[in-house]
Amino acid sequence: MANSQINSKAASVSFQNVTKVYGKDVLAVDDVSLRIEPGTLVTLLGPSGCGKTTTLRMIAGLEMASKGTILIGDKDVTTLPATDRDVSMVFQSYALFPHMSVMENVSYGLKFSGFNKSESRDRAMAGLDLVGLGDYASRLPSELSGGQQQRVAVARALVLEPQVLLFDEPLSNLDAKLRRQVREEIREIQQNLGLTVVYVTHDQEEALAVSDQIVVMRNASIAQIGTPRELYDAPYDRFVADFIGEANLISCSIEDVKGDVAEIDLSGYRYKLPSRGMKEGPASIAIRPSRLRLAKGQSGEGVNAQIEKATYVGSRMEYAISTDFGQVFAVVDDVDTPFDLGDAVMLSFDAKGPVLLPSS
Amino acid sequence: MREVTTEKTTHPILIFWIIAGWVGLLILPWYGIEDGFFRFEWLFGGYPWDSDYAPAAFLLAQGEKLWLAPLVLPLIAPFLVLKRQKTDPLYAQILIAAGALGFAWLIAQGFGIGIRGWSFDWLEAVFGPLDNRQFGMGYGALVLASSYLFLFTQGIAARGAINGDVFVVSAVSGVIVIVTVFVFFPIAKMLLAAFATDDGGYSIAVFISKFFDDRIWGLSCVIGPGRCGVAWNSLILAVLVGFLTTALGLVFALVATRSSFRYKRALRALTVLPIITPPFVIGLAIILLFGLSGSVTGYVADLFGVRPTRWVYGLPGLLIAQILAFTPIAFLVLIGVVEGVSPSMEEAAQTLRANRWQVFRTVSLPLMRPGLANAFLLGFIESMADFGNPLVLGGNYDVLSTEIFFAIVGAQYDQSRAAVLAIVLLAFTLGAFYAQRFWLGNKSYTTVSGKGDAGVHPHLPRGLYIPVYTIATFWAAFTIIIYAMILYGSVVELWGVNNSLTFKHYITAFSIDFEQIGVRRWTGSAWDSFWTTIKIATIAAPLTAAVGLITAYLLTRQNFAGKNAFEFGTMLSFAIPGTVIGVSYILAFNVPPIELTGTGIILVVSFIFRNMPVGVRAGIASMSQLDKSLDESSLTLGANSWQTFRRVILPLLRPAILAALVYSFVRAMTAISAVIFLVSAEYNMATSYIIGRVENNDYGLAIAYSTTLIFVMLAAVGVLQLAVGKTRIGRRSTHNSGG
Repeated sequence: MANSQINSKAASVSFQNVTKVYGKDVLAVDDVSLRIEPGTLVTLLGPSGCGKTTTLRMIAGLEMASKGTILIGDKDVTTLPATDRDVSMVFQSYALFPHMSVMENVSYGLKFSGFNKSESRDRAMAGLDLVGLGDYASRLPSELSGGQQQRVAVARALVLEPQVLLFDEPLSNLDAKLRRQVREEIREIQQNLGLTVVYVTHDQEEALAVSDQIVVMRNASIAQIGTPRELYDAPYDRFVADFIGEANLISCSIEDVKGDVAEIDLSGYRYKLPSRGMKEGPASIAIRPSRLRLAKGQSGEGVNAQIEKATYVGSRMEYAISTDFGQVFAVVDDVDTPFDLGDAVMLSFDAKGPVLLPSS
Repeated sequence: MREVTTEKTTHPILIFWIIAGWVGLLILPWYGIEDGFFRFEWLFGGYPWDSDYAPAAFLLAQGEKLWLAPLVLPLIAPFLVLKRQKTDPLYAQILIAAGALGFAWLIAQGFGIGIRGWSFDWLEAVFGPLDNRQFGMGYGALVLASSYLFLFTQGIAARGAINGDVFVVSAVSGVIVIVTVFVFFPIAKMLLAAFATDDGGYSIAVFISKFFDDRIWGLSCVIGPGRCGVAWNSLILAVLVGFLTTALGLVFALVATRSSFRYKRALRALTVLPIITPPFVIGLAIILLFGLSGSVTGYVADLFGVRPTRWVYGLPGLLIAQILAFTPIAFLVLIGVVEGVSPSMEEAAQTLRANRWQVFRTVSLPLMRPGLANAFLLGFIESMADFGNPLVLGGNYDVLSTEIFFAIVGAQYDQSRAAVLAIVLLAFTLGAFYAQRFWLGNKSYTTVSGKGDAGVHPHLPRGLYIPVYTIATFWAAFTIIIYAMILYGSVVELWGVNNSLTFKHYITAFSIDFEQIGVRRWTGSAWDSFWTTIKIATIAAPLTAAVGLITAYLLTRQNFAGKNAFEFGTMLSFAIPGTVIGVSYILAFNVPPIELTGTGIILVVSFIFRNMPVGVRAGIASMSQLDKSLDESSLTLGANSWQTFRRVILPLLRPAILAALVYSFVRAMTAISAVIFLVSAEYNMATSYIIGRVENNDYGLAIAYSTTLIFVMLAAVGVLQLAVGKTRIGRRSTHNSGG
């Protein structure tokens, strides 16, 4: 049945200077502009209260923008209510209708989209098959496990072939193992069907794993947009560096800038790295725990440091190390010859390890 | 179980109940005391040797009432286990045997021997005639029965019932026993009475002929001249009232939660009205407006030159009065339901391309189904049970509740006819109760999952908005007029005849004479019933709250065999109309072994079991808000379940307790349907006094008294709101707008 397959009508989403104010003066989203390309999965990531859910609900049409323009495809949808937008959403609580069977839930939206009964049924069935729940059509939501409910919610949204599919923290009610599996399934469906997906989460690992692009939000505005690799390797500022993965943030000073290369000084340790347009003066660097090198003894290049805490976590060793510039956190793959507490070590950086950031 | 508790050989609870048993046997008067136990006149009237006041042991010592002798043995047996451990099989066996035997014998002798000797002919045939007799049991018997019961529960707890938890086993058994005695026993007695023939026998033919009486089921109004049977009248009225109150309640609930209506708070205040208004007061106000000399009637008559008619007496008036009285109840139920529909359900429907109207029709409304069913059931039962309005406004439109009353107190004095009518009434309400459960089926409607749920309810679809607004505004205005009439009517000399303002009704009812300095005399005619009402309500309220909350605790927090039946039994009295309770109490408690008619106790007891379901519901509602891990952590910290209940659950339930207290207090003051059967000259209640005034056409006094009651209860509710407002637990606000 060619016509009952699920196709994609993926469209782009654009925000142009969108602001959302609750009540009189609670600023939830402040002058945000962004463009989401068709067929990509974009994650809105940030701490709670940063405006990511509000942004998502504005795409859905459940909240109306106070200022600015929202486009889906080429169409201005700023004032359209949810009903009239070609968008569907998977809720954090799944919001399955408890008084309807799985089949009724999944064909609910089709009923209002002008399909006749048998066609709705075929399409709903195709959606259920896609998420592997074809045999559960006559069950009630209360008779399904959490993971199955989640998949019904996804199928219900998918069968409408929306221009944009929205996920509001879809994995937060699942246990850790299931979470990994479901997020891979979501990613797979998205890529196979070429859907435009906007995904809200506060879990940075989840975001890194599934996204084409990540939008990091802070205090109602965008802190940085980029691919997972860009965000991880080249964060704009200390907030992003700290929020995406773990990072040691260390204050330093730029001694010299030659072309694109800056030389920094860190308690006597001179290190050269890309200047990213910064001038001499105070600055800070962010360095991932896995990109720190530790060598026994007091000699060689680097800074003198001391092991303060050593934790064996199976696949690697984790160390807390005290230095002149404060405590740093390091992860070392060598578990066979660990350092002991109190060992004096020489601390240095991997090539391409640290990233220069503005000082505050 | 901790080792410490299983290994010790002192059992303080056991010792307590053994001592209690001996107190019941040796010290307290065995039989009920006619002048009242708490006057203590019996102490000086020949106690302990006079056989009216003597404890059981003194009766036996004088060689009287020898059938009480077997009660001593089961009270000696528990001494044998005092030195044993709980794990010893003998400990459980002895306690179970002693408790069960003692309790069974107590019941058997109570029913077997009554005022005229043997109660049953076959007993006389077996044992020969008995020239002795006994009256209703008193506090001695009560305490001894409790002692046996709790000896028994400690026995089965020791054998491991319900995890060996003595408190839970005792509470479950206690609730079962009192519900059996005060709900099932009277109902059974009433069923039996319906089969009684005039000469004291029982016959099915008599029941059938009475049951299919034309006065009950006649269809003359449809197929011929004359009137329909009372059963049809009641049914038609109740179905209409059920539907209309549900519809109106929904309208109000939607306006209060899904619209930008500005006076939502005033609308919510409406919910307080039915709680503080005796139901028939609305009927009185309707008479003031539309009666023969009512204001509207007079106005219309003047305007169009028509003769005033009595159209309002009968179905139209009853319908208006009951809808006015019960719509706020439906509103109260539905507002919680309408708010309880999870916003993300509706938002999900919106993102699935349903428009506002489709969302409302396919998601919001179906999710409200349990609430709608509940509201209908409440309206239906309230209408069926309503006694005051039909008495005041019924005219020739007879309904079951009033018919039952006249069958008992009228010239006919036909107990079995009253019983038959009460069975019909009970069948209707229980039928509605079952129909509701059937209709809801086994679908789950829980939408508040405790999972993240940010969102807002959508507003009403436009097509619904205008009619809903219009109806709500009109109805609210009508309600205000009604209450204004009540207030105004209380200060008018003689309504429709002499409209001059006067306080004379208040003076007649509530005058106080300061004859001598410092000596007050309550000369007003209403004071007696007023103070009795306050006293009875004050005694009944804490007992109702206690029974209700303990039952709620058992239902939400404990698992035991037969829990569903237990739940059904405790909620059953909710579906039993007050009139039925009244009749069955008269039939059951007029003769030994439990002789309560004419006392204040029977009023207190009837209030407890009438209002208990409300306490249970309030308790269940707030207990399911408390996480079970609270109890569990208390239990793992070494507290037993009673200590957990007292120290963890109860303090957190303070708002629910206060609500149950004030609710049962206020209900006890406004109730009429059961009360009217149970009042006596000594214990007359405010509502039955007012109804009496109405029957004498003394409307002014009746309305003045009602107004006073409304203000007294308004004050009680106000005090509650103040108290509850201050006991809020610090909690995050529910509205989190998400990330």
